[in-house]
Amino acid sequence: MESMSSLSTDMELKTEPFVLNMGPQHPSTHGVFRMRVLLDGEVVVDLEPIFGYLHRGIEKLAETRTYTQVIPLTDRLLYLSSMACNHAYVRSVEKLAGIHVPERGEYIRVIMDELMRISSHLMAVGFFLNDLGCSVYTPLLYMYREREKILDMFEMVCGQRLTYNYMRVGGVSGDVPEEFMPVLKRFVAEMPHFIAEYEQLLAENEILLARTKGVGVLPRELAINASASGPVLRASGVKWDIRKADPYSVYDRFDFEVPIGQVGDNYDRYRVRIMEMHQSLRILEQAMRQFPAGEACAKLPQLLRPAVGEAYGRVETPQGEMGFYVVSDNSIAPYRMHIRPPALLNLTALKDMVVGWKVADVIATFGSIDIAMGEVDR
Amino acid sequence: MASMLEGSGLGLLKGMAMTFRHLFRRRITTQYPEQKLTLSKRFRGYTLVWDKERCTGCATCAKSCPQGNIEIVTSKGTENDYVVEKFQLDSGRCIFCGLCVESCPYDALFLGMEYERSSYRRGDLVLSRDKLLFTPDKQRSAYARPKLEPGLPRQTLLIEGDTGSKKR
Repeated sequence: MESMSSLSTDMELKTEPFVLNMGPQHPSTHGVFRMRVLLDGEVVVDLEPIFGYLHRGIEKLAETRTYTQVIPLTDRLLYLSSMACNHAYVRSVEKLAGIHVPERGEYIRVIMDELMRISSHLMAVGFFLNDLGCSVYTPLLYMYREREKILDMFEMVCGQRLTYNYMRVGGVSGDVPEEFMPVLKRFVAEMPHFIAEYEQLLAENEILLARTKGVGVLPRELAINASASGPVLRASGVKWDIRKADPYSVYDRFDFEVPIGQVGDNYDRYRVRIMEMHQSLRILEQAMRQFPAGEACAKLPQLLRPAVGEAYGRVETPQGEMGFYVVSDNSIAPYRMHIRPPALLNLTALKDMVVGWKVADVIATFGSIDIAMGEVDR
Repeated sequence: MASMLEGSGLGLLKGMAMTFRHLFRRRITTQYPEQKLTLSKRFRGYTLVWDKERCTGCATCAKSCPQGNIEIVTSKGTENDYVVEKFQLDSGRCIFCGLCVESCPYDALFLGMEYERSSYRRGDLVLSRDKLLFTPDKQRSAYARPKLEPGLPRQTLLIEGDTGSKKR
């Protein structure tokens, strides 16, 4: 140390913080997210997220469209969990207009939501491991394989693999075809085996443990204060899940648990997602057993004109609580629509999670939040 | 960190044994241009198929389009009906949500099964009346048209180990 200090006085070697611009065009920022990171050497001192590169004004666009025409817009929010976004929107419109959904429609929605949760968590975990960078690209490809099976099922029911536009006010756009249930049954039976495979691949991987345990801790109090939700909140040890706390659809009929983490580090966020997949499979199993006959969609006029009023409907998307606040002025289009974005609010806690860690951990922590820029910027 | 990596390798080796076993698994990939998958019966494909005989020119499809993308021009016919003079849409602006097909009260509009949509000019993406016209060689999707479903081939499913057949 002595020689170092004498060197710096002799040669007047000064160090100063360095501003690093990460993104918006960067493969690990999951879209077009930009962070201005203040670095001391390789250690993060401060971080400022800069939003808005993918702003498309979806809330404003909704005001010029009829209630049904807004549904394709919601596909483009959290594009890795579009079904859940559809569900959140149609639920708030149903609340607004006081529409009752047939039971079969509710069960189809729950099945789609849970399949979506598995698929989204597979991608979240896969890309998180990919962001860690250290030779863990393989699990991502394995997870793509299982996601493909889910996408096959979505393609079967609604004809698309990414922008489903499946849910309608009052139900779903079309009943599930005959061949859907056997495929779902087979998927639910096979999936635990594949999750066990990921466990074997990752659970004891020393590199993964060293990179994730204790990194990017989000303390319990801070998580609550930052209005985090979903796996990010639950990893910090808060047992909060809309499906349990404010049961919507037919979730009160299923027996499942809400997995939580202990410390709220990257490892916990990854673990919570893996455990949630098991719970989703449990829900799917019960939903298949209870699956009722009947209509999938209520009979409604093509143009909805809800009475003057407002409603807020929320669902638990794979990323957290997503809500739509819709105001009606008795016309065919919403007077105002506001979105409560789960990923954006989870992202606001990023700074507190990464200060004191290195640049590589910023990327890993960012990946562990699981965002989609389509929804952050809207 | 050093203590965690101490005596390590076991967890990594376990993972590697896993990946090694994958060498002997069935192939799940499809050699795309040579091999093709059979699409879902409800596939929302690139093009729309328009049945001239059934269409009355009511323009419900145009009203239901979130993009305002369908252009219809009609004129009064001789027998108290309408003649559709122009039926056109720009597939470059279309989001293929299928709301137009769902809303059609006369089952005159269908989604197509095509999906290879690249072209050299943007103008080629505009689908005019003649390109949309239904002919027997065009395959129509069963999206929102459940009557067509029995006539369409079964979708290839990865879960059944199916990776597409040699077509072409």
